[in-house]
Amino acid sequence: MSYFIDRRPNARNKSAVNRQRFLQRYRSHIKRAVEESVNRRSITDMERGERVSIPTKDISEPSFQHGPGGRRTVVNPGNKEFAEGDRLRRPGGGGGGGGSGDGQASGQGEGMDEFVFSLSREEFLDFVFDGLELPHLERKQLRVLEETRPVRAGISKEGVPARINIVRSMREAQARRIGMRGPLKRALREAQEALVAEERKDPVLRNPARIDELKSEIARLEKRIGSIPFLDTYDLRYNHLTHQPMPSNQAVMFCIMDVSGSMTQAHKDIGKRFFLLLYLFLERNYEKVELVFVRHHTVAKEVDEEEFFYSRETGGTIVSSALTLVDEIIEARYAPEQWNLYVAQASDGDNWDDDSSTCLERLDESLMRKLQYFTYVEITPHAHQALWEAYDTVRAAYPERFAMQQIVQAEDIYPVFRELFRQRAQS
Amino acid sequence: MTQRKPIATGSDWNFETLEAYERAIAKLAEEYRLETYPNQIEVITSEQMMDAYASVGMPIGYHHWSFGKQFLSVEQAYRRGQMGLAYELVINSDPCIAYLMEENSLMMQVLVIAHACYGHNSFFKGNYLFRAWTDASAIVDYLVFARKYIAQCEERHGVEAVEQLLDACHALQNYGVDRYKRPSSISAEEEARRQEDREAYLQTQVNRLWSTIPLAVSELAREPLHDHENDPLGLHRHGRYPSEPQENLLYFLEKNAPLLEPWQREIVRIVRKLAQYFYPQRQTQVMNEGWATFWHYTLMNRLYDDGQIDEGIMLEFLQSHTSVVSQPGFDNPYFNGINPYALGFAMFSDIKRICQAPTSEDREWFPDIAGSDWLETLHFAMQNFKDESFIQQFLSPTVIRNLKLFSLVDDDRDDSLQIEAIHDDRGYRRIREALSVQYALSAREPNIQVWEADIRGDRSLTLRHVQDRRRPLGQSLFPVMRYLHQLWGFPIKLESMEGGDVVRRYQWPIPEPARESA
Repeated sequence: MSYFIDRRPNARNKSAVNRQRFLQRYRSHIKRAVEESVNRRSITDMERGERVSIPTKDISEPSFQHGPGGRRTVVNPGNKEFAEGDRLRRPGGGGGGGGSGDGQASGQGEGMDEFVFSLSREEFLDFVFDGLELPHLERKQLRVLEETRPVRAGISKEGVPARINIVRSMREAQARRIGMRGPLKRALREAQEALVAEERKDPVLRNPARIDELKSEIARLEKRIGSIPFLDTYDLRYNHLTHQPMPSNQAVMFCIMDVSGSMTQAHKDIGKRFFLLLYLFLERNYEKVELVFVRHHTVAKEVDEEEFFYSRETGGTIVSSALTLVDEIIEARYAPEQWNLYVAQASDGDNWDDDSSTCLERLDESLMRKLQYFTYVEITPHAHQALWEAYDTVRAAYPERFAMQQIVQAEDIYPVFRELFRQRAQS
Repeated sequence: MTQRKPIATGSDWNFETLEAYERAIAKLAEEYRLETYPNQIEVITSEQMMDAYASVGMPIGYHHWSFGKQFLSVEQAYRRGQMGLAYELVINSDPCIAYLMEENSLMMQVLVIAHACYGHNSFFKGNYLFRAWTDASAIVDYLVFARKYIAQCEERHGVEAVEQLLDACHALQNYGVDRYKRPSSISAEEEARRQEDREAYLQTQVNRLWSTIPLAVSELAREPLHDHENDPLGLHRHGRYPSEPQENLLYFLEKNAPLLEPWQREIVRIVRKLAQYFYPQRQTQVMNEGWATFWHYTLMNRLYDDGQIDEGIMLEFLQSHTSVVSQPGFDNPYFNGINPYALGFAMFSDIKRICQAPTSEDREWFPDIAGSDWLETLHFAMQNFKDESFIQQFLSPTVIRNLKLFSLVDDDRDDSLQIEAIHDDRGYRRIREALSVQYALSAREPNIQVWEADIRGDRSLTLRHVQDRRRPLGQSLFPVMRYLHQLWGFPIKLESMEGGDVVRRYQWPIPEPARESA
């Protein structure tokens, strides 16, 4: 007796839990591998998984086994030239080759030195962002009247035909029909019984007037019963929807970069990595992330991504021009009540002498009140200049929402990024 | 030759053709007296096959990271194309669950039905080890119970606590088996019903053992060895506990470990029960695969002879079968030990040959079976042996010659290796003997038993390892002793014995002064 079952539609990921348990157990190993690969890889291909290898000895499951030594006899197939009593040299150290004749080597571990497996993209990014937290991930509350979402809120007697709740309506109708028919049916039955009783009587004793009366009563009742509607307007029930205000789950990230002559392509590449990391990070935390690129030398300009990273400009540097432009863009397009605003700025620290105080003013008086977070990375091996000091003042005023770090070379980005977004609990 | 009317052609399959082939094979199987459990044949995807692999084929299992590790390595190997997924996976249960992968061609599906649903299945039902040690009808229920129980423990005591306990138990699972005593069958319903009583009962047993009020001497002392010189008051005259060495370490721990909580004892028991269930499989690899391979070969050939499959399928089958039973020589880069399919298939085929067309050599070696009814003899061989005894009994000179087996002695007292025997008259018996030992679990795994639990002194647990041909224990010994220590809660001592003398002592935790002297 046999039967076939098609299990293909069943759940696939039966091992998902065990897989997660494994990743959890070897977190530290995997994290090390991920960090190395983040430093090595171009940031543009962060969006794929990674092969991770862990030394086999670290993840072995021990059991009692025979060690080397003693006397053992092994039977192997494929003899060609051996004769009984032949003596062979012991293959040197470790016995890797087939000549060692240990037919059970495969069963006893010692196979590969590294346990290699693949992380999926999701798992990889989880490890990349492990332990990081978005600063002030308070969702912006309550756009006034604007962004709402219809939510089912029970049943109502009024509504549009499209939302009729058929089951509830029919149930109401049935209840009403039963309720309305009940007394009429009882009266009808009584009248019919009375009529029958009357008609059974001896013809002499019959009361013809009574019979007529009963007959007309019966006709009247039947008509009334017949006129009870199957479905009446007040039976109708509608699914009730209310409009619930929705917390805003969208973010804008402003990338500000200095493109003056002093910024080399290497500087820009470092900046790019930083922006991309931030973008990936925001993308994981918000449903919708918009990017605005603002580049500046003495004047600021909103550009597209390509131009932002790759076109060259020369000239001096006025940082406040970019901050002003960002402020204008926020006013025009991204109302702070509706958007979570992030600014990431990369610069080599050069600024026109008098401008740094303007920047301070601009940030303190206007921008910082609207932003969720402001990050500034200074890509320079040199000493800090006036801009850093101005920003330092801002940091002191908004320690929760302002972060700045110095970066010297590409490898620094990842640790700096981690530093900037370290979970609040530790600070 | 009769006109061929194949049930289907080409490589595509659908459920109707599979059912038709299944019926055809079932009919032939009956002719060959293959007795099976009902078959539950499940069609699955390759991803599901990987899941099944990771859980040793069990349809449900408790969660543990080691299964995740298994899954990752299978997935990695499969993705890189290093390994085709095995085309079959079959579970010793009633009904017998076999998996067919949807990617397989029609030929593969028919082959798997013959191999798993009639080969392995009849082996599970017929072989004495499986009959005695496993209860096919209860295993799935028991797995359900185990998974539920362990999940509950995780909720109550935390995932980590359960995981550490399982790690320790897994390290000892090969020592969680009663080798000589038939275990009582397991049933989930009963388990669940009895489980709570058992918790309470077990604890009272342990409490009794460890109670500080001394028990009546007669209860523990079988042989009161009394040293009047040093112990005139007879304080130490109680015998050893346990009075007999215990081979089932997990059982001993479950019943006697002083500090385990009831739920921890239950988990030890679950691991032990599952190890017990897999115990016959570990001892019948060659026979089980050989039997299944022999029958898929025989059944496929019959289907072809009866005209139910066409030449295309037959050629595809022969190609696949040949690679399954290939045995690369020891010096071949693809050599990975003896292929159980190859050895088992060669042996069963040879038994058939000896029955049907015995040579004078066969008559001399196998007077009982030469010329007998082959089907009868084959069933007898399948039912009453395990790898070790099967090889001892049935490995014929012909098979030794065909595989060109030779035996090699590696002795650490000798600075070179020696060829002990080759496939010639002087060598056959010695090769047979050596190969049989090679498949004996008792020689593959170190022989370690519980020797003494010092219940009156420092509560240490002493194990004894009886060395087999002077082979010492491997390095993995220390992590395992650490796990033992976790379970027992007090020091673990291990003595390696050679010919009645202790040749080596190990202890965990490593005592401070011993470190210097060692």
